[in-house]
Amino acid sequence: MDAVAPAAPDRSDTGASSGGTGARGSRHLGDYAGVVPFFVYIGLFLLLPTLIVVVGAFQANDGSPTLSNVESVLTEQAFLAAFGRSIWLSVVTALLGAVLGGLLAWAVASGDPNGRLRPIIVAASGVLAQFGGVMLAFAFLATFGFNGLVTLLLRDSLGVDPQESAGWLYGMNGLAVVYTYFQIPLMLIVFLPAFDALRREWRDASESLGGSSWTYWRHIAGPILAPSFLGALLLLFANALSAYATAAALISQGSPIVPLQISTALTSEVVLGQANVGKALALAMILVVAVVMTLYALIQRRASRWAK
Amino acid sequence: MSEPAATTAPGDARGRGVAVQMLDMKRSYGSVQALVGLSIEMAPGELVALLGPSGCGKTTALRALAGLDDLDSGRILVDGRDISNVPANKRDMGMVFQAYSLFPNMTARDNVAYGLLLRGVDTATRRRRAGEMLELVGLETQVDKYPHQMSGGQQQRVALARALAIEPTVLLLDEPLSALDAKVRRQLREEIRRIQIMVGTTTLFVTHDQEEALALGDRVGVMSAGRLEQIARPTELYDRPATRFVAEFVGLTNRVAGTARDGRVAVLGTSLPLLEGSDATGSVTALIRPESVRLSAEPGAANHVVAVSFLGSLSRAQVQLPSGELVVAQMAAADVADLAPGTAVRVTVLPAPVFAVAP
Amino acid sequence: MTATRGSGQTRQRVARAAIILLIGGYLLLPMFAMLDFSTRGPGGSRTLDSFIAIGSNRDLLEGIFNSLATAVLTVMGMLLLLVPTMTWTIVRVPRMRRVVEFLCLLPLAIPAIVLVVGIAPVYRGVTFLFGGSALTLVFIDIILVLPFAYRALDGALRSIDVATLADAGRSLGASWPRVIRQIIVPNIRPGILSASVLAVALVLGEFTISSLLNFDTLQVTINLIGKRDAFISVAVCLAALTFAFVLIYAIAAFGSADQRRRQVAKEDE
Repeated sequence: MDAVAPAAPDRSDTGASSGGTGARGSRHLGDYAGVVPFFVYIGLFLLLPTLIVVVGAFQANDGSPTLSNVESVLTEQAFLAAFGRSIWLSVVTALLGAVLGGLLAWAVASGDPNGRLRPIIVAASGVLAQFGGVMLAFAFLATFGFNGLVTLLLRDSLGVDPQESAGWLYGMNGLAVVYTYFQIPLMLIVFLPAFDALRREWRDASESLGGSSWTYWRHIAGPILAPSFLGALLLLFANALSAYATAAALISQGSPIVPLQISTALTSEVVLGQANVGKALALAMILVVAVVMTLYALIQRRASRWAK
Repeated sequence: MSEPAATTAPGDARGRGVAVQMLDMKRSYGSVQALVGLSIEMAPGELVALLGPSGCGKTTALRALAGLDDLDSGRILVDGRDISNVPANKRDMGMVFQAYSLFPNMTARDNVAYGLLLRGVDTATRRRRAGEMLELVGLETQVDKYPHQMSGGQQQRVALARALAIEPTVLLLDEPLSALDAKVRRQLREEIRRIQIMVGTTTLFVTHDQEEALALGDRVGVMSAGRLEQIARPTELYDRPATRFVAEFVGLTNRVAGTARDGRVAVLGTSLPLLEGSDATGSVTALIRPESVRLSAEPGAANHVVAVSFLGSLSRAQVQLPSGELVVAQMAAADVADLAPGTAVRVTVLPAPVFAVAP
Repeated sequence: MTATRGSGQTRQRVARAAIILLIGGYLLLPMFAMLDFSTRGPGGSRTLDSFIAIGSNRDLLEGIFNSLATAVLTVMGMLLLLVPTMTWTIVRVPRMRRVVEFLCLLPLAIPAIVLVVGIAPVYRGVTFLFGGSALTLVFIDIILVLPFAYRALDGALRSIDVATLADAGRSLGASWPRVIRQIIVPNIRPGILSASVLAVALVLGEFTISSLLNFDTLQVTINLIGKRDAFISVAVCLAALTFAFVLIYAIAAFGSADQRRRQVAKEDE
């Protein structure tokens, strides 16, 4: 064939705003100029503060390098207890949220995708999951607090003393219940897409080959959903670990969990030498959450490999 | 054009095939009637291709046979037994879907072995049998690959192996080639047919591609709007369409004005016999196949060539008649060589029967 | 009538209904309790006084205004920061796409409680330049919103061929700002809408940083007032939650209606 191939389109850019030729993939310096504003912004408002925390964790009040902050964090009873409680809280609420939220996700996913129930539940979950612990704390106060709806109902119908039936809300158990309350919607939001990725053909194929509901879940849907479930579980864990607002609203005495310890260290100028200990606590928190989120990212990538 | 369908008599191979009868199947979704009294009988070992446009109900029929969708009324008999109320996972039918049906969390071997796993076959036998099936479809080198590591064609082969591994009584294929490239489609088509004949299972093959249907089927059923228009051997479907829909849907047609009377139609200067079911009187539109139209250069004739398409061994020439109508003729390339656009030609028609419809 | 699918499906439907009722009920209970709580009047009567009182409570109104204004600014700032940057990385420096993605998801690993510890010095600079208004929270709120906004915008950008559209625009003579404004943005509207709604919800619900930096946002005021007058606080909570729900639901419904319209158009071809 002797046909003349058309010349490759000339990619020289006549636009004045960008420097250099516009061939995609070329690495002219001018190209990077477009992302500079973004990097500057992130650097200033995200990376710099993080750096301040990390560096400050190793600084004494006068600025000299020291390991004493880190040491306190790792050895003092108060801190260790706080870590223990934070982790217990996060594990329990992550598991409860994952299981209950997972069931809810299944129920929503197996319904009519174009029905009206689904968008309502998804929107409601979006609100409850993102909307901040203070409001949820107040919601629970209105339900289970000393003057709450359920408390009053119990008092009026069963003669239960509010002091007994409501006191739990203001402690660790109360935190656990309220945390679970927002873990469930978060699970729904994060896990629901995984259900959508389950193709109908797999169910049909399993059935036509002789499988039942049980074998389908055991051999096919279960293994396929497992990575997403695990990933969501990790996300819930990290979410509970770093939550602050709910505890701040509910707990008026003491700082039983790490985020409260951090805020105390930050705001109390009474106890000298505490400011940088707060940074050490924050550093510890970053490390744990970073590890969890890395695992989450790895699992996500593995899960998406199958969904081609 | 493809080769004529394989002419092995049904049930030749290993006698594994069973007879299937679908009787008066009806199904509606709300106000939409997907199946309007569909009845099809399949002989043991036969491959019936179900052909029709999107929405004609062919997939509904297939899924009803598989048990994956319910029917409003009607019966299904396999080997004489009424299986209308048997759940899908007890029907022992192998099904190949259009795409994405392989379990992504299993290798090719595990996918194929799944049906055997469900039947309690022990591990060693499972692995061996799965390996054999994969060899049958030419994928012995891919046994340990995952679906996302395979091409579309390979995935469909695995799907076929998986369906056959359970030695089904009936094989169901729901547009298995539609999602593949043209070249792969043609290759795989031949293989499916070869394997089906070898294994001898009664097979229902649903497709919207007529070339596929005509090439594969022992018989082809043409469906439209929930009913069966005609079911016959491919050549009969092509040469003797029973209804207007079949005449227009299968193969290329020229629509030329003519006059009908006494079972014949006067068109393009000759008189042709009419097929049964045609519109038999007065002004009609005759449906004439391009390969029945012949052209020869004749200076001074009233017809002119408008365009010529070279297709390798054949050529198609578009001719304009004095009435303004356009007619396509299909002939051997050599015969069209000197009919450049603008040439005046004489148009003749082979004396085969044609279908005529109201204008 | 064949009944091969019948029994299995009924069982599934019952299970689904049970789960949705139980868990849904659990989730709705506190909402209902809030409604009860905020409408309690003297002597067991029902009244809307608490809701009405919102209108005359200066602190609350200030908090509401601060949060809403900050939310609007955050949406604008987030879009201004992300849309050009993301478009640029797709069209000009694809290898930066991964980096930008990583940075946008980084805030997930650096919780607000930690961020606030290190942000104090930075905010001294901010206050120096922009004053002490609560609206300066926009700078940190944009960071908090990044992971969610990025995902929403990324999804939308992936669904259109940004590179080709940009090339087409450029070859017809459009400058970069025009390309972004008139070509890219209109085609990623669902993503922009989604990101914006998430941003509004997040800003309205933000407490940690606002309170520890001593700004009077909605959540901070709710918490403060809650110690004095729980009824008003609960009323505001309920109002805010309802508002957010209506907003998110409306946007989602609008988004899917838009999607359906586009799909129908495609099928008509």
